[in-house]
Amino acid sequence: MPVSERRIIYRHIDEPGYTLDLACYQRHGGYEVLRKAIQRKPEELVQEVKDSGLKGRGGAGFPTGVKWGFLDRKSGKPVYLICNADESEPGTYKDRQIIYKDPHQLIEGTVLSAYAIQAKLAFIYIRGEMFGGFKILEQAIEEARAANFVGNNILGSGYSVDIIVHRGAGCYICGEETGLIESLEGKRAYPRIKPPYFPAVLGLYQCPTIVNNVETLCQVKHVLDMGGKEFAKIGVAGDSGTHIWGISGHVTKPGYYEIESGKATVRDLLYDFGGGPPVGRTIKAIIPGGVSMKILRMGEKFKVKLPDGSPAEWAVLDIPLDSNSFAQCGTSLGTSGMIFMDDTTDMVEALANLNAFYAHESCGQCTPCREGSLWLKKITARVCSGGGRMEDIDLIKNIADQVAGRTICAHGEAVAWPCQSNVPKFRDEWEGKIRAQIHAREHPDGATDHARTGLRLV
Amino acid sequence: MSVPATNLVTINVDGRDYQVPVGMNLIDALELFGLEIPHYCYHPKLTVAGNCRMCLVETGMPMKDRQTNQIIIEPDGRMKIGWGPKPAVACTTNCTPGLHVRTNTQVVKDCREGVMEFLLINHPLDCPICDQAGECKLQEFATDYGRGYSRFVEEKNVKPKRTLLGPRVMLDDERCILCSRCVRFCDEIVKDPVLGFIDRGSYSTLTCYPGRELDNNYSLNTVDICPVGALTSTDFRFKMRVWFLKPAPSICTESSVGVNTEVWSREGKIYRVTPRDNNAVNDCWMSDSGRELYKSVESPLRIDFFAVDNGKCAADKALARATELLKGGSVGYIGSAQSSLEEQFLLWLLVKTEAGPVSFVNHPGKGDGLLISNDATPNLRGAFLTGLLKELPKTNIDDLRRKVESGAIKTLFVVHEDLAALGFSDDLLRRTQVIYLGTHANLTSDYAQVVLPGLTVFEKTGSFVNQQWRVQRFFQVVPGPAGTAPDIQVLGQLLARVSGNTSTAPTPEAIWQQLVASLAPLSGWSWESIGMQGRVLDASAWVHVPFPEGKSKHFDPAAVTAVKAG
Amino acid sequence: MNLSAKTTQYIDNLLPRYPQKQSAMLMVLHAIQEDQGFLSKEAIEWTAQKLEVGPMAVYEVVTFYPMFRQAPIGRRHVKVCRTLSCALRGAYKVCDSLQHELGCGLGETSADGNYTIEFVECVAACGSAPVVMVDDKLHENITPEKAPDFAAKIKKETTPLLPPSRH
Repeated sequence: MPVSERRIIYRHIDEPGYTLDLACYQRHGGYEVLRKAIQRKPEELVQEVKDSGLKGRGGAGFPTGVKWGFLDRKSGKPVYLICNADESEPGTYKDRQIIYKDPHQLIEGTVLSAYAIQAKLAFIYIRGEMFGGFKILEQAIEEARAANFVGNNILGSGYSVDIIVHRGAGCYICGEETGLIESLEGKRAYPRIKPPYFPAVLGLYQCPTIVNNVETLCQVKHVLDMGGKEFAKIGVAGDSGTHIWGISGHVTKPGYYEIESGKATVRDLLYDFGGGPPVGRTIKAIIPGGVSMKILRMGEKFKVKLPDGSPAEWAVLDIPLDSNSFAQCGTSLGTSGMIFMDDTTDMVEALANLNAFYAHESCGQCTPCREGSLWLKKITARVCSGGGRMEDIDLIKNIADQVAGRTICAHGEAVAWPCQSNVPKFRDEWEGKIRAQIHAREHPDGATDHARTGLRLV
Repeated sequence: MSVPATNLVTINVDGRDYQVPVGMNLIDALELFGLEIPHYCYHPKLTVAGNCRMCLVETGMPMKDRQTNQIIIEPDGRMKIGWGPKPAVACTTNCTPGLHVRTNTQVVKDCREGVMEFLLINHPLDCPICDQAGECKLQEFATDYGRGYSRFVEEKNVKPKRTLLGPRVMLDDERCILCSRCVRFCDEIVKDPVLGFIDRGSYSTLTCYPGRELDNNYSLNTVDICPVGALTSTDFRFKMRVWFLKPAPSICTESSVGVNTEVWSREGKIYRVTPRDNNAVNDCWMSDSGRELYKSVESPLRIDFFAVDNGKCAADKALARATELLKGGSVGYIGSAQSSLEEQFLLWLLVKTEAGPVSFVNHPGKGDGLLISNDATPNLRGAFLTGLLKELPKTNIDDLRRKVESGAIKTLFVVHEDLAALGFSDDLLRRTQVIYLGTHANLTSDYAQVVLPGLTVFEKTGSFVNQQWRVQRFFQVVPGPAGTAPDIQVLGQLLARVSGNTSTAPTPEAIWQQLVASLAPLSGWSWESIGMQGRVLDASAWVHVPFPEGKSKHFDPAAVTAVKAG
Repeated sequence: MNLSAKTTQYIDNLLPRYPQKQSAMLMVLHAIQEDQGFLSKEAIEWTAQKLEVGPMAVYEVVTFYPMFRQAPIGRRHVKVCRTLSCALRGAYKVCDSLQHELGCGLGETSADGNYTIEFVECVAACGSAPVVMVDDKLHENITPEKAPDFAAKIKKETTPLLPPSRH
């Protein structure tokens, strides 16, 4: 039986007749949650979020209520809330829909969260390339301000908070929370060392700061609407709520689908929602959660433990769409942006594409990522242009091992995981390709271009 | 540096317990015990950057039982340690009770080999032409902690080479490991944020804002702290390999701050001056202008001879003539705040023997609030301590000059000052009988009846008293010119002849025995007891003197009112 | 600095909203770049004064963020996404096609000054890959088959009478 979406966040996305203006949002019950919640104690709201088990939707999956609980309240410094709208993880495009098609949901979620943590000021850091989104958000905030949902003495509660929409300028690393904070302070987006610069203690302007993803803040609205304990019933234990899956790559119907956590599998996503692979092709590999997560090869089997404790074995298509399930298969749900690669894909080129991305986006602050990312790019580029050596295969994996876990921020893992998973899992392709290249180099007469199979990816 | 006795906690490193001050940085703490955690970007005087990742070690804390909150003890009696899932950088780790560290595991070895490899892949093969060779942290750590071979076969990054970053600093961007020490130094210590990184990732490049230079008076400190040869001194460039140089401890004579220095020489020639650590005076910094002072050693104006009536002669003849002049009476003295404490003491003994008015000249400096004070001499306070001065000197010696003009003073014993610059006309200069003791020729020495050669601070051993009333020792780096002797020997011999007392004390140690006996604030001291970081004396006798210095690093004139003996 | 009154007003209104002046850095640079087409040395120094920081602090930022440029570009800024999802659906072919049709090399400005073509990294529209941004507009589903028509559309919009691209 085909699985259906459960649209909570995306209820009104692409709904015919749904417009961006405040009036439309209010017709659909907009700001009612704010109206009720702002009469409650902020601590109560934080408790609701804790009860809900909501995990952050920015890729790291850290429990939101726990994060809020880390805020330093003793120093007396002002608290800041930052909405991370710097959606840059390749394969991910869920936040864009919210910003461009239902901005008031984000505004309401932001004000609710700001109130809950008693923030003095809120920022929405939106990536610079979303020119339209910036204007839409500013417009929505002005509408909300005029209706007393943002700004001074919101709805007569005594609580005031303003929202500043701030544009980025083309950096993936601004999606890293401390990189974002540095960027918001007007500097190069160098992530901070932790300890001591935990944002909840020493964040923006060295004040306690919470950075939450766009979707997370929208989820907060729904948590507060239905109550934390009710929210916790949605999805599965350890991963409550819904996930917005954006699928892309080699599928017939790329697009976004909001699915209750754990209630569908990769197979459902690929066939029921994605319309299956392109005609005449089979899927060879998937990356579940934005390209930084470890790749899965079709045909892999995973020995797992089901929620009731019993053992099971999953093929890739069997994996349920929740964070614990992916974790058991040695990868991660991440930002729930699944990329499908079919059998025409040259896996070496695919990795080269990603290595070029990470080398370009490395901020350059710490040694392993700065040097390692460019080195990896150069090696894979060389292999893709016909100069591969057999020792490059282990070298790539080895360099990635030298980067992961040794860096200031998670960009190190992002650089390393694709290499650490692609190379061992597709070793046969690497060996075949390089062997052919060595042969072509040793027999330069009449040899065809053995550099690339399939579409050019780098 | 020894372990301070207060507030110690126990940490465990590679299975051994150590007592270290609580909250101390782990790298600094282990250095107290001679244990090295290799690092590049960490510097004890700058904010922590944590970007080189060379200092990765394994850290853990004792695990506590969740219910009882008690530390879990293993069957063998040791605490159960929860080791971190990833290695942590030591530079952001502060010593807390129970901290456990592992530096000799395979994980840490892999980390170090990895970081070394990464640092070297884009590094140019410049060792044969790089000034840093021999004191380069890349060389040292590659040898100690590196894998020993390279796996990099790609094209290296190309960046600007040998560009002039400032008048005294050369930048080679390919060698730069982007540790940001120089950037932090300019931001935090000098408050002149002129350096920064441009571009991104592995293409990040250190530079100055286009059109500006790294030209502040502390720019050479960036060369000192640069762990590699990216920043080098234009003065020192290509002059000498550092393994041929011998360092000797000295004191900068630029001002009364008394910056501690290291002077590097080979076979009697000085090649460079670098700061010496003293956390009570100058941390590990010094000014660029102070470093230049070594150039005065080799000057065509050096007085490297004894002379009588403009004719070079043997020391004996010059000393005899000087004695004659002094014994002739009506003597006036002009001392110098450039002289060491020992030299000033001998001068005072001379004054006691052959009495006469004593003047000093005030040499105001341009204090910069950092390491240059308002007094451009290193040892004005020595003159107070020895009794030569009771009040601050003026910038002129009009009183003394009038006495000379009137004939009340016939002979002047002048140390290191130029009478012509102090208002003595040519004529007056010619008429006065001058005994001149100094290092460089000037109009006064040209006209002097007797010229006695002095030595620069680099050529003799002695001590100065700085603005903090800290006595600090300096040691001979290079020998003086042939035929000369340290000032204390010259003065000692002169004193012996004038006083008739044949015993002289030609060494600082011997003079100190007399100093200690004569000067109350030094009672109980000895030459050795000054140590290498200096020793502060009880200056309560001069609390009322309005010394000209303002604030410097580690000096606040307002605090001097309560100076205690060291 | 020849900033329009509108831009100057915008910046003056913007600055007080931020708790610290330096925070407004990216917004100010965006505003100036939209006004003048690029960030000149003068603009960098003007911004430094406005935000009360040294010029190096501004220069560091300008060279770090790829959206800022220090020299003018063509009238139309064509940005083709090259990251995995778009590459899997033919982004490199699209880029080749656009280069050919618009007479412009990759990373260069065309000889007639009309176009600049660049690769950019993921612009978060992976479900409608391949995507191309032209100036500040996102164009979705620009497949290799559609690329020539798309190029023709760009050319048609870019008549010489059109005011220079301001984005």
